[in-house]
Amino acid sequence: MITQARFPAASRLLHWMMAPMIVAMLFIGVGMAASVSARYDLLVSIHRPLGVAIFVLCVVRIVNRFINPPPELPDTLPFLQRFAAKASHIVLYALMLIMPLVGWGMLSAARYPIVLYGPLRLPPILPHDLTLYAWLRDLHTILAYLLFATFLAHFGAALFHGLIRRDGVFGSMASWR
Amino acid sequence: MIPAKKIERNRNNPNGRKSTWNMKPFWFRAALVTSPGALVRLGAIGAVMLSVAGAFAFAGGWLSPSRLTQDRMMAAFRDANGTHAGFRRNHAKGVCVTGWFESSGQAVELSKAAVFKPGRVPVVGRFALAGGMPFQTDAPATVRSMALRLLPPGGEEWRTGMNNIPVFPVNSAHGFYEQLVAFTPDPATGKPDPARMKAFLAAHPETVHALALIKKRQVTSGFANSTFNSLNAFRFVDAAGAPTLVRWSTVPVQSVAADSAEPSAAGDKNYLFDDLIAQIAQHPQQWRLIVTIGHADDPTNDATLPWPEGRRQIDAGTVTIDQASSEDSGRCTAVNYDPLVLPSGIEPSDDPLLSARSAVYARSFTLRAGEEHEKRPSAVTAQEVQAGGRP
Repeated sequence: MITQARFPAASRLLHWMMAPMIVAMLFIGVGMAASVSARYDLLVSIHRPLGVAIFVLCVVRIVNRFINPPPELPDTLPFLQRFAAKASHIVLYALMLIMPLVGWGMLSAARYPIVLYGPLRLPPILPHDLTLYAWLRDLHTILAYLLFATFLAHFGAALFHGLIRRDGVFGSMASWR
Repeated sequence: MIPAKKIERNRNNPNGRKSTWNMKPFWFRAALVTSPGALVRLGAIGAVMLSVAGAFAFAGGWLSPSRLTQDRMMAAFRDANGTHAGFRRNHAKGVCVTGWFESSGQAVELSKAAVFKPGRVPVVGRFALAGGMPFQTDAPATVRSMALRLLPPGGEEWRTGMNNIPVFPVNSAHGFYEQLVAFTPDPATGKPDPARMKAFLAAHPETVHALALIKKRQVTSGFANSTFNSLNAFRFVDAAGAPTLVRWSTVPVQSVAADSAEPSAAGDKNYLFDDLIAQIAQHPQQWRLIVTIGHADDPTNDATLPWPEGRRQIDAGTVTIDQASSEDSGRCTAVNYDPLVLPSGIEPSDDPLLSARSAVYARSFTLRAGEEHEKRPSAVTAQEVQAGGRP
């Protein structure tokens, strides 16, 4: 077995905490945008606070990345794969950070109350403006599809490292010890 | 398989990356995936990814064309009413109003919502006619609606949309969709297909029952003396967390006069709106917010069923409307009167229509927001309002 340095424990914890949240968020989002059933209200009431939680965790994660840098990728990784790995991580971080802000912004522009739980609400961050809302609402969808595509590529690449290359990259994040 | 020895060598080389650069394959080694085992594993990865993408597509409704989605509901509105860029898909013809709600304090025992504490809160409202035609001619029998946005300090606002009918004609999103489709005029005849309407009513006895009650309602002379009902049930929650089943209505303080059914306003396509504008200009118009308290076994998940007479009612306060404005400049235009925008202290009941309304209103709102730049002036123009409701 090739020894590949593992991610620091804090990084692994953050990754595995956020992974199910983000995947759930994508499925909730695409599901509620299509639904007219009784589930719609439930999905919306999860989507908003979950988005805020992801945003907060993402900020923590970026700080953590500077404190606990990730291990180097193996030298054997070809240039294009190395580039794809770096680029996709930048896209993932950017979207994790931007998606909740676009969501918050679009709800602000529409003057929907941004209910977290019970009486807890976030204040609006943008002026009440229909055109601005429409633009941000479209952007939210486009970025969601991009995030899903990037997540899928990330997931596929992880499995590729784990099952085909077997270069220790998969285990550097997926290990519980 | 990557020869582990080679990796070790690369690792140990202080200039590892540079010196091995030209030794590395540009993409991945073809040899990696030529072994049968690796091919199976690669296939498995592909299958897993495809499943995840498929699950996502399923959640988004793309794999089930017969599922009733927000898009299908919007398509049904478009087929029924045509395309009217920038207008609400339903209750398209309306005017904006403003005023205030003065709470009596009587609802405090049932709900902890700040809006019920004694005092005044600003209101941004909208009166409208049901239907997706923004330029339809006012007619007595057309369902009238009053939508209110109550804005207590602290940001916990309350939005409600009410109609001047005692019950709703359908009790589910599917029922609403099927009714919309069944009553859509046939392009060939310009009239709804009687066979389709009959088939719909045969499949929906609750609608037959509800339509009979709706037909029996007293149609008044205008918006100002109409009673508007929440139709859906909600739950008030008090400071101790105890829930109470409620429906609410706004009952006019103005004296009720039956619709004269005379073409007194002949020629004025907007006579209902113009009357309202003239009445508001003359004197603020008022409604009492009456909360009806349901019994535990009263139907809460079926808006076609009325609650029995004699239920306890409380007068929660008075809505006063003292200003009207055209939708073209009014403060209600950029507001989605989503019935699930509720303060803590008011919660949805188990009525599936509430979630459906919230979802459909949201999609309608998004569509019209994107069409804002191509919206034509509303039927009731700013000049008409300024002229005190004279066309």
